[in-house]
Amino acid sequence: MERVAIVGIGQTKHEARKKEVNFAELVYEAVNNALKDAGIGIGEIDNVVTTCNDFWDGRTISSMATGDVSGARGKNVSVVEGDGTFGAFYGLTRILSGAYGTTLVTAYSKGSESIPYLITNAAFDPIYMRSLGLDLVTACALQARRYMKRYGITEEECALVAVKNRGNALANPNAHQGMKITVEEVMRSPKIAEPLKAFDLSPVSDGACCIILAREDRAKKMSPRPAWVKGVSFCADAYLLGDRDLSECRALEKAAQAAYRMAGVQKPREEIDVAEIHDAFTYQELLWTEGLGFCGPGEGGKLVARGATAKSGELPVNPSGGLLGAHPVIAAGLIRIAEAARQLRGDAGGMQVKEDVRLALAHGVNGVCGQSHCVWILGRN
Amino acid sequence: MKDFWTEVEPIVYEGRIKIPYSWQAGETASFFLTQLRDREKIWGKHCPECGKVLVPPRKSCPFCFVDTEKWVEVSDEGVVETFTLVREGTPIQPLKAPFAYAVIRLDGASTGLVHVLSEVEPEKIREGLRVKAVFSKDRKGSLLDIAYFKPVGS
Amino acid sequence: MGKRVAIVGTGQTHHRSVRRDVNGQELIHEAAVRALQDAALTIRDVDGVVIGNMDHFEGINYVDCWSIDGSGGYLKPTIKLTTGGTTGATLAIAGYHMVASGMFEKLLVIGWEKNSESDTTGAISTCADPIIERQIVAGAISGLALEAQAYMHRYGATPKDAARVSVRDRRHACNNPYAQLRGEITIEDVLNSPKLADPLRLLDMCPRSDGACAVIFASEDVAEKICPAPAWVLATANRHMYSDYTDVVEMSSLLSMVEASRELWKKLNIREPLKEVDVIELYQPYSWAGLIWIEDMGLCKKGEGPRLLWDGVTDMGGELPINPSGGVVATNPIGATGLIRCAEVALQIQGKAGAKQVPDVKLGVATGFGGNWWTDMLALGKKKPL
Repeated sequence: MERVAIVGIGQTKHEARKKEVNFAELVYEAVNNALKDAGIGIGEIDNVVTTCNDFWDGRTISSMATGDVSGARGKNVSVVEGDGTFGAFYGLTRILSGAYGTTLVTAYSKGSESIPYLITNAAFDPIYMRSLGLDLVTACALQARRYMKRYGITEEECALVAVKNRGNALANPNAHQGMKITVEEVMRSPKIAEPLKAFDLSPVSDGACCIILAREDRAKKMSPRPAWVKGVSFCADAYLLGDRDLSECRALEKAAQAAYRMAGVQKPREEIDVAEIHDAFTYQELLWTEGLGFCGPGEGGKLVARGATAKSGELPVNPSGGLLGAHPVIAAGLIRIAEAARQLRGDAGGMQVKEDVRLALAHGVNGVCGQSHCVWILGRN
Repeated sequence: MKDFWTEVEPIVYEGRIKIPYSWQAGETASFFLTQLRDREKIWGKHCPECGKVLVPPRKSCPFCFVDTEKWVEVSDEGVVETFTLVREGTPIQPLKAPFAYAVIRLDGASTGLVHVLSEVEPEKIREGLRVKAVFSKDRKGSLLDIAYFKPVGS
Repeated sequence: MGKRVAIVGTGQTHHRSVRRDVNGQELIHEAAVRALQDAALTIRDVDGVVIGNMDHFEGINYVDCWSIDGSGGYLKPTIKLTTGGTTGATLAIAGYHMVASGMFEKLLVIGWEKNSESDTTGAISTCADPIIERQIVAGAISGLALEAQAYMHRYGATPKDAARVSVRDRRHACNNPYAQLRGEITIEDVLNSPKLADPLRLLDMCPRSDGACAVIFASEDVAEKICPAPAWVLATANRHMYSDYTDVVEMSSLLSMVEASRELWKKLNIREPLKEVDVIELYQPYSWAGLIWIEDMGLCKKGEGPRLLWDGVTDMGGELPINPSGGVVATNPIGATGLIRCAEVALQIQGKAGAKQVPDVKLGVATGFGGNWWTDMLALGKKKPL
């Protein structure tokens, strides 16, 4: 794969309800932060990919609103509907195809403007599932129960994820819910759909993120420490919830294996220095660490319990606080890429896991119960 | 920017998107739904390549990408594979909390059907519980013609 | 440097106003199966799926995930794009970049729409900003009527000129077994049809359809093994600008078409498109676009569009046939429409267009239109690019 790097990253502060801006203005802020970070002007952006979701935005063709603020004027542009990691993938291919030297990718969400259970209920098949009134939370509760029952993962082990990530989020200036909490507080929080309790859920945040990808010859002029794309892949599992064993994540395993192969990673546990993954619910961080190969099947609980994924642990996961710290839907994955890039550059401030970060992993999910996963491997060299 | 907001009130515009939909079920789902409505029977479709009996039925097998062929009647009884007890409900749910969602493997089916459980005490719900479909009196040809599943023998 | 990319197979459904026999996933499946058959490939040969439609038309969120049953995306990379009416063209362009990048060798690209499932005008009106415009926007038709008015006012064209476009496309559609509206109409038929928004009449407009189209893009490493004479992607260009309808000032000219076509011709080294292009499948949602946008594309000067029509230049047998498939006024499953344009041009280049075939096609152009006066363009050619 030709060498392409992330040369600029920008985010807004992610909050519960950003009343002062509409989502186009959010994107504009993130875009300008990314341009400033890369030290370039909008004129050096060759093409743009915006990542949107018509349902969350309450607009069909919602990309209409974000084109201009992303610098679409006079340029070739496109849109991906899905998590930011997928949008960034398309942005990457537009450079690898030889067509463009730089791509600007944006992703955002103003979740506060909608009723989340209606938005996610719309992901369910109108004929076979929608009338059941399922939404992302209740569906993921089904998965949590199946996963935890199969392997004996405890609610306390899941709670450790909330404690770790929300604690990590305190060091993240953009995070929405950085807080010091205890396992007891998570266990005592209101039950939503068992085994999920209020603190097991990520918040619904308003926020935007932007990254700038550049081909090697352009990257070298822009950033003193580009984060190189070493491998990326994605994969989708079966759709109807009853068509798969919810305690498995074969799509993630396939995507991860392909990404590792591309990056030349043979032992992820040893070679990955930090990972930013999609912890929309506490149990998901455990399940995805297994799918990514950070531990064996069913060992996710033990992994977090022994502190391996803490900021100072052997394989830190979500030092930024992850989605539990801030969850603007759709932007979530792009933010993971941005935070992973920051670790590689050594400028993650209080979130920095160690000085010598060589390989970082970023992960995003699309669909319900982790049906579709995208895995990115970024490297310092 | 801060000064700006002391003078200007942030307006929030309330709106709703109301688009009526008429989803065509297609022949396969139509057969399934009319059988629920008219005969209180549950059918799956068999894939000639992998041998799975797909419930709910599909015209083509999602795993093999070939047309399914035989219709197979499956039992209205089966086993709970996983479930969740909903404590905080939303207005779009068919039952009032607390109630349970479950993935149910009906006898004869290879895939799970997602539905709701009722007439059962929360503590009694577990993986492996045998449940039976309770059909609604007012059936229209929809998934909720099965009102819910309840434990067998109760 | 990227790989060269070709289209090695296409498939589409027989487009109809309502397909009651299938649901959305099954519609998608039909097109996917046909494309695979056309390329003599199986789903196992495909490395990934790219899919698109306009969300609010079917009311389904995360369609890339939902469509797995029909698309064949099970345990494959699957991704969704959506850009309003341009979706189909956006999908084709994505198919190109994703294969050219070397990330995929054979990619299945699917565009689909089941417009019969919703209130099309109601759904499309949600594209307007809720605070600035939604309360006054009344769907796509009135917007297009504004363009027609501006053009008539500036250049003196008449509804009769526009009707000549509909007559051409409906005649062409008679050669297309997949087209929805396959009956010839006369100028009088158009001028007597019910008025929708002045000057637009029913027969000036496209229908809405249930339909799907699938195209298989392959890398140069395998394309010629799959298909001895594939249709090579030569160049792409697009412009998606403006946030709100009120941003558009000059309506007698489609600025995105002007800019995108200029870029496309430059990439292809084309000075006189009228002479150098052999066929165009134009995303023409209504008759007037067939006058206005061919000018904006540079086929002739502004105001001369009608002359090209009346001289038969764009008819089958003319110097540059436009819409041999019958185009959008004959068939319009919105998420698929732009991809159908691409598939039809590929068929022309491969010599597989049957009764629609334009003789000796070496270079064809497919366009997409939609969103906020956006344009996407692809050029396909017989000769493998250097």
